Formats: sequence, structure tokens, C-alpha cells
Amino acid sequence: MATKILTQYIDVPGIETFDVYRKQGGYTAVEKAIKTMTPEAIVEEVKKAGVRGRGGAGFPMGMKWSFLAKPEGVPRYLVCNADESEPGTFKDHYLMKNLPHLLIEGMIISSFALGANKSFIYVRGELMYVIRILEKAIAEAKAKGFLGKNILGSGYDLELIVQPGGGAYICGEETALLESLEGKRGNPRNKPPFPAVKGLYQCPTVVNNVESIATTTWIVHNGGDAYAAIGIGRSTGTKLISASGHINKPGVYEIDLGVPVEDFIYADEWCGGIRPGHKFKALVAGGSSVPILPANLALTLENGDKRLMTYESLSEGGFKTGTMLGSGGFIVFDETSCIVRNTWNFSRFYHHESCGQCSPCREGTGWMEKVLHRIEYGHGHQQDIDLLVDVASKIEGNTICPLGDAAAWPVASAIRHFREEFQWHIDNPTEATQPGAVYRGEMALV
Amino acid sequence: MEDTKPQLLKVTIDGIDVEVEPGTTILQAARKIGPAVAPPAMCYYEPLKGSGGKCRACLVRVAAGSAKDPRPMPKLVASCLTAVQDGMIVENETNPQVIEARNGIVEFLLLNHPLDCPVCDQAGECDLQNFAFDHGKATTRYEEDRRTFEKQDIGPYIQLHMTRCILCYRCVYTADQITNKRVHGVLGRGDASEIGTYIEKAIDNDFSGNVIDVCPVGALTDKTYRFKNRVWFTKPVDAHRNCPTCSGKVTLWYRGEEVIRVTARKNEWNEVTEFICNTCRFDTKKTSDWSIEGPTKISRSSVISANKYRADTIKPSFGQRLAAAEYKEVPDERDTSQLGIKPLPPERFAKTLPSAMAPEP
Repeated sequence: MATKILTQYIDVPGIETFDVYRKQGGYTAVEKAIKTMTPEAIVEEVKKAGVRGRGGAGFPMGMKWSFLAKPEGVPRYLVCNADESEPGTFKDHYLMKNLPHLLIEGMIISSFALGANKSFIYVRGELMYVIRILEKAIAEAKAKGFLGKNILGSGYDLELIVQPGGGAYICGEETALLESLEGKRGNPRNKPPFPAVKGLYQCPTVVNNVESIATTTWIVHNGGDAYAAIGIGRSTGTKLISASGHINKPGVYEIDLGVPVEDFIYADEWCGGIRPGHKFKALVAGGSSVPILPANLALTLENGDKRLMTYESLSEGGFKTGTMLGSGGFIVFDETSCIVRNTWNFSRFYHHESCGQCSPCREGTGWMEKVLHRIEYGHGHQQDIDLLVDVASKIEGNTICPLGDAAAWPVASAIRHFREEFQWHIDNPTEATQPGAVYRGEMALV
Repeated sequence: MEDTKPQLLKVTIDGIDVEVEPGTTILQAARKIGPAVAPPAMCYYEPLKGSGGKCRACLVRVAAGSAKDPRPMPKLVASCLTAVQDGMIVENETNPQVIEARNGIVEFLLLNHPLDCPVCDQAGECDLQNFAFDHGKATTRYEEDRRTFEKQDIGPYIQLHMTRCILCYRCVYTADQITNKRVHGVLGRGDASEIGTYIEKAIDNDFSGNVIDVCPVGALTDKTYRFKNRVWFTKPVDAHRNCPTCSGKVTLWYRGEEVIRVTARKNEWNEVTEFICNTCRFDTKKTSDWSIEGPTKISRSSVISANKYRADTIKPSFGQRLAAAEYKEVPDERDTSQLGIKPLPPERFAKTLPSAMAPEP
């Protein structure tokens, strides 16, 4: 039942080379787009498709494109956000490594639709070998006339530049990415103005995720309506999910949005169930920054229906009983995982990655990490749990960029759903600090 | 219907209406009304382009976006960067959510602040002190070690005391915008970021001294004034001189007959009105060098005036809040009937406290 939009040819040997990719029908979408379609028509198709940004926020891509300001005489830019650094998410890495030409094809189509003559792929610095793959693919495409001056004799020019980042998580935030791309310190900008009005070098800019851009190839071939037919409601199309944790088959899976969470975890087609002899305890559904859910809430909604892998269903119940699809970093925990340690680990990450520009995030992330560290290592106080909740609530929503929220949500949700476990750590420090000690009290295991 | 004048926008801040020009930010509109409703600003500095948005102290709630679209904004917004719309309704001190957020910001800023006010030269004219006085708590919930930094030498005139820094970026913008070459900046990331020069390079520039004036805390202080006095023992006097590099309009700070410090003039929001050069600031400290204009008008956030606390530096609302929060009925077992003293009823206390603090006529 799963439609393969992005990963259809991923197993073809040599697909990373131009010739093999071309043989599988590659770059025909570019030909179709540039020769037979107008930029407006492409934007219209993407709008119809209802693709939602795959980087985490889920903002409709077509709407983002239509917000792009088009003043006369000012260049416009398309920037591909390949700075994937959310813990638990590794889909863009997988896509770029195996199918570099799919991204390049998508970049050409998107740049043409937006009227950009210079486009950038900002890749996180740790992925040097992926950058080499992309640069090789760009050189091949350029040699065949799909990039550079006068593409396919249409008069449209496009230069595609791969820019390695310095490996900072914050540079995955679109305005910090633009600052970094300009050669400055990767500090997020205050919004408004949004990048669609003043982005890269103060020019109108669209920043899209790798996966979002790659989908445009299929949309040009099959039309927006065909894309919108996949999925449920406003969650259209397919999504790459990076599944990891205590499951039998970790890996990247392309699913139709709307697959029940339960099926995704237990079906042999996907994760293949929890590892033998263990039980499902908790789920982080969309990368480390989304709220963590206990097993029962992850599988079913409050009204008893099955929870589905869609933007809406996962966020059903708000933050009280819901979470978010985010970037699709699907981390499964079994009963041997300590939630306190895991929360501390996430918190440590955000503390390390905070850019330090605005005060709640700079000071708050460090504070939360220290308090979680002392709970985990048996020095917690009774008031520490409430302190964490209070600090998280004072960071959330008060920062320049969403990193503050991303740091606050895992802590707040872990305490909301696993408070007894934190309390157990504080009450029984000797027992809790034994190697491998995990809370075994009452909890909803599946 | 051609109107050449720009249409004025009507904004309501804490129930007070004000009309401002398009493009004005909420903070500027609030400042137009007066100190009572102006949100605190630790990083925003009007003369510096691009400043603001970092400290989050000026967060306000927009209860209605505009007359056309009266929906409230979902999050608190930084008033220093948000432009007003016609018919906007802003809640500042009247909204408990805003107060709560500000209390949080003070707490965050003070987490790693050394609180060495007793030995800090900035004490008495420190933005963080004022902010903490309005929104801070007397105790801390932070138990861990505070962040400290190795001392860095950045030249003969300016003392960098990084431990006190709240990373407002004002000095970075100052160096960018009023000097021709910036040699200091923010190094490092997150709570390890620090202001510094690359490999302790000295800051050597005619206008470098202005970073001292813009610093909201005591992270950048004047080496020629360091530990010489407390600001509330000194008398500020406006003066000018014919300076070839800058406007020459300064404030001289006297201790007795001696000029112990020279700074740029500041407006009522503690913002420099005209930047001055290093020669005026550090090397011209004789009364004979200057033409004296008269005593500096000291307003708001200052303990300097008349060498004592001025009553109007304390917002009346603070007194009422204090009275409401702190007043407790203390059971008095002593028999006072024979003395003819009646205890003051609580509502009387709440009423008399603010009026007692009002400026003397």
C-alpha cells in the first residue's frame, strides 16, 4: 500500500550517478517543467499538493512559496536546508547520500518555479562525504546541461552551490542558516521580517527542507492532485520516517501519512516490533524536541481511536496527551530505558547547542541540564521537579527562535507523563544510581 | 482626500491611549507615554541600529493586533522590535503573564551574574539593578557554581569584567556603528559565549570608550575611574569643550573639586545622546578644560540626585504591590490601651506608603 515517491529507485545499483538516474527517468521532470510549464503553474501544483514542510514545523510549502516577495531588480534565492541535526532524524542524510540527483532535480524545478538564479544547499559540516557526493552530482548535471547557463535552451540560468555548515544545530533554524550562509555567526534573526521578504543578503528567500524539495519532482510528473490523494486530510503525501531505538528494524521508511502508529511499530514492513522479550514504554515521534509520550498515549487517542502518523493525529490532545510529527525522528523506548537519563541527555544537547543570543534559552537550558543531572546522579531535591516545570514554562514561547521551545518541551512532557519516575530518582538516590537501574514501578507498558 | 501627513496610529498601552507615527515600535510608543508604562530594556538601545530582541525583558502581550484584525498575538512579543498597528491594544504591567515572564527573565539574567554590586562601579546606574529591583526576588533557586571567566586585558582604558556580562550585544553594535573597525565580538556559543577580542588584542580606537556608556551592567568599566568612588557620591555637571573629533558635549562627574569621571550625556532612558571621543573621556579631566553648563538633570533610575534616593525613582505601583504583598497582621500582645495608641489599619498602611514616597513639593 505504501507509495514510493522519493525512495522508488533507491535500491537501484549506481543510482547516485547521473547515467543510471537518467535511465530511471531522472531529469524528465526538469524537462517537463522548464519546457512545458510556467513557474506560476508549478507553484500552483505544489499548492494543490498541500505538501507540508518536512523539516519539522509542517508549514505548507506552497503557501511559503506564494509569500515570496517579488520586487523588481532584486534577486531571489532558494536555500535548501540540509543541516539536519535533530537527534533521532537522519532521513535527509539518507536521501542525499543515495539519491543526490533527486535533490538536484528538485532544486532545479523549485528554483525555476521561484525565479531564483542562484540556489544553495546548506549541508551540515559533519557530512563531508555527502557534500562530495552532491558536488560530484552537480558537476555531472552541469556537464549534461541541466545546470548552468541557458538550461535546455530555455534561457533560464541556475547556479547551484553546496555550502558546508560548521556543525551547529542552531544553523538548522532558517534565519540562523541564512546568517551562517552569509558568513556571519549563526544567530537566529528576529522575525518579522520573514525570509520571504528579507532573507539571504536582505533579498527574498525561500528556505525548504531536503525532503520537501525532493517531492517537487514527483509533483511535476504526476500533478498536485495526485499527491494530495495520498495521505489523510491536510497531511498529504508520503513522509520519510527515521525509525530508531528499541525496535527490530531501525532505518528510514517512506510511509503514506495516515498509517497507524501501532502498525508502523509492529508491522514487518516497517519497524518490525519492539525487540524480543521487551515491552514498549515511550515514544518520541518526531525528533528529540517534540514531547515524549508514554506507550498507551502514543498508540491510542483519548477517545480510544488509533493514533495515526499524521500531523493532526499526533498533535491531537495538544501537549497534554499529544505530541508532534516534527521532522519524523521516530525514537522508540522499551522498559529498560530510564526517562530521567534520557531527558537529561536531550537537555544536555540543547544546552550545548543554544546559540546564547537571548537570555531565557542561554541561561535556562543550562539550568535545566544541571538540575536534571543532579536528579539523575542522586542529588535531587524534592522541589526540583516543580523547579524544572517552572523553568521550562519560562523558556517556552519567550525566545527568539524555536530552540527554546524545543529545549523546554521534552523536559515538560517527560515530567507530565513520567513524574513518578523523577520522584523515584529523588526518593531513592542510592538505588537509582546503581548501574543500569531503571524505575520499575507502575506504568503503562504495551 | 490627499493627505500628505502620515496618518497617526492610535495605540493603547495599559489602558492609556497614545498616537504615534507609523513604524514606531511598541516600546517607543510606551516611552512616549512615560516611565510608568515603559517596558524595561536591557539590550535595546535606540541610537544603535539592529539592537534589541535579545534580553526578552521588554516582552509584552498584544491583546489586539490592530483595529482591522483584533485577534491577540499568540505569544508575548518583544516590544522593542514589534511595530505598532492602528488600534493595537498592548498589555504591559497590567498582565500577570507579562510580569511572570519578566520575573523569569530577571532570574535567568541573575543566574550567572556575580551580584558583586558592593564592589561594582556600575552600581547605582545599572540597568540590571533597576530591572531586578522591579521584578527580581530576594533569593535564588540556583545552587550550582556560577559561570566565571578568565580576566582579559583589552587595553589601557577599558576594563572587561566578563563575569558580569549579560550578552546584550550593545558594545558589539557600538563598535560596528561608530568606530571604523571592530576588534571585539562575541566568541563561543550558548552560556559559554563571551565578549572578547581575538587573542587579547587591545581595543585601540578614538571612540572605543563609548562601549562603557552603553554597557547596561558593569562588564565594561572605565579604568581611569575604577574603584575611585560610588556614583551616588559624585555630582554630575553638564559641560562642553571645543573638541576636534567629537561634539565635546559631556557630563563631568565631580567629587569635591576634582573631576573623577567623564561620560557622554544620557537621556532619561539611560541612552547616550551624543557619543564622545576617548580624549574627552579619559584624558581631559581638569575643570579648566571645560565650559560648565550647569548641573545635569537626573531623572528616573538614578540614585545620584541629591546623593540620596529620589522618591520618583520608585514607581507608585511598586509601593502598592509591596504593601499588598508584605503587609501582615502582627499580633501584638502588649497592652497599649493605656498609651492611647491605635494600630494602623491595613488599608491605611497601603494608602500612606505610596504617598509617603511621593516627591516633596
